[in-house]
Amino acid sequence: MARFALRRSAQALVALLGVSIVVFALIHLVPGDPVRTALGTRFDQDLYEALVARAGLDQPIVVQYVDWLARAAMGDLGVSFRTGQPVTAALLERLPATMLLAAAALLVGLVIALPAGILSAVRQGKPIDYAASGFAQIGVSVPDFWFGLLLILIFARGLGWFPPSGYVSPLVDPVESLRRLVLPAVTAGVVTGAILTRFVRSSVLEAMGAEHVRLARAKGLPERYVLRHHVLRNAWIPIVTVTGLQLATLLGGIVVVEVVFAWPGLGRLALDSVQRRDYPVLQGAVLFMALAFLVVNVLVDLLYARLDPRIRAS
Amino acid sequence: MSDTTLQQPSTRSRSRGAETWSALLSNKLAAAGLVVLVLLVLAAVFADVIAPYGYTDSDLTRRLQPPSASYWFGTDELGRDVLSRVIHGARVSLQVGAVAVGISLVLGTTIGLVAGYRGGWIDAVLMRAMDILFSFPVVLLAIAIVAVLSPSLVNTMIAIGIVFTPIFARVVRGSVLSVREEVYVRAARSLGASDLRILGRHVLPNVAAPIIVQTSLSLAFAILTEAALSYLGIGVQPPRPAWGLMLLDAQGFIPTGAWWMSIFPGLAIFLTVMALNLVGDGLRDALDPRQRSVIQARGAEA
Repeated sequence: MARFALRRSAQALVALLGVSIVVFALIHLVPGDPVRTALGTRFDQDLYEALVARAGLDQPIVVQYVDWLARAAMGDLGVSFRTGQPVTAALLERLPATMLLAAAALLVGLVIALPAGILSAVRQGKPIDYAASGFAQIGVSVPDFWFGLLLILIFARGLGWFPPSGYVSPLVDPVESLRRLVLPAVTAGVVTGAILTRFVRSSVLEAMGAEHVRLARAKGLPERYVLRHHVLRNAWIPIVTVTGLQLATLLGGIVVVEVVFAWPGLGRLALDSVQRRDYPVLQGAVLFMALAFLVVNVLVDLLYARLDPRIRAS
Repeated sequence: MSDTTLQQPSTRSRSRGAETWSALLSNKLAAAGLVVLVLLVLAAVFADVIAPYGYTDSDLTRRLQPPSASYWFGTDELGRDVLSRVIHGARVSLQVGAVAVGISLVLGTTIGLVAGYRGGWIDAVLMRAMDILFSFPVVLLAIAIVAVLSPSLVNTMIAIGIVFTPIFARVVRGSVLSVREEVYVRAARSLGASDLRILGRHVLPNVAAPIIVQTSLSLAFAILTEAALSYLGIGVQPPRPAWGLMLLDAQGFIPTGAWWMSIFPGLAIFLTVMALNLVGDGLRDALDPRQRSVIQARGAEA
């Protein structure tokens, strides 16, 4: 297990190094002078020179990269071209909102997918199976931002049950925070739930076809007992894995949902920085989210290997 | 090499093509998806003829009109016909989807073929590079690329094309590895055929099935990604009528009760993506039951 963990972490580290090169290259691929472009009409020679020096853009490119990477490793991602605020501070400020939304969306996804997937596998070919598969098909095809707009139209504008947008910290006002969380969490969660439903169904079906399950049935054990002790016990390993991977995907893909609901998270920050041509913030946000994506993936792999010894052997 | 040996694969692929067609059409969902797709392509090609108004024709006296006999899908804030814009939007969506997937198809297939066929350090370098691109969440990477290139129709295509390249490279490489040591490839090699000829004549036709399935499923994802980028304001730019862009406009008019502006463009994206997914799933069942969807493949890697 320790060797597997070491090997997997080393792989991730190499990938992270590659990711850092791509992220670093971003600012250098901008046509023209990125600082001049970012400043636009606010151009001021002293400010310009200060920003160029702070971003290290006056150094040879290899020196720039090594310097940037060393600082990034220490948690220093530079300063915003717009506000002068340290990028790391801006990211940490936005992190709680994104984490809250991702966790809530995952919860919504699981609440939908577990019963829907298990039921549709157990009742394969029955109406409930068709209903669940239909839901999954619709869920993976529906654009999340459009689904969000529909929810706003119906539940915010039409029925007035929830506010159409905005974020309130649960530490400030838990009830209002929850009210504002519902629509974005359902938006991101339904798409996640659709993907997970397919997985839960196929995992349970696969486990149901195993030899020991047939033996358990042949022994005359009650169906409910077989399901709980023989089927789900084997099916839940891939389900845990895919759920973890979905969390990673959610962290990266939540940007669109954040924009629909004016949710002040990392995705929203990344998009704002694109529009303001604030490249250090964009670099920081992309690096941070890619890092989160990689870390969650490694953790999921390790968890998977721990749950299923066959993986370590291969 | 004689002509007879060359014709063999093509005859076989023709009969297999016919087989695939009949399998696809007997799958009701896939057939329904195919019908929707044909209608969409027709709408895109003949948009100028079908659409009752031009997509930029605006009549300020008819702003924000609800659906009616003269404006089936209503009008937007500039008095433009939503139906006409949705029809013209099909052109933009399909165009971006096709070109973007074309880019990833060509790049990814080339990389996958070379990596799988050559092996060794070339394989290692190419596939590690693909792994790196795969380490980014899809929408985020597309946003970063568009940010650098500046938002436009062409750059949206390029960004999506780059983002989807690793999937094709992986699928193709995997398939190449499985046919590389087949007897017919070894025979061609021992007859002195060049690498290019072996790849083009013997390897590529035999890895075509997974590539076709991947193309169809990627088209669905590409169209969703384009819509998302346009909705974020960094994809297709106005006044071109992209569905995502229309939804971006529509959101500002939700408080005024102009629901039709939000409903119809979104419905168009949804139907297009669903049709492509259904056809992709049908093709997968018909051509290559072992290959699973992109999402499933990504999950199974862990």
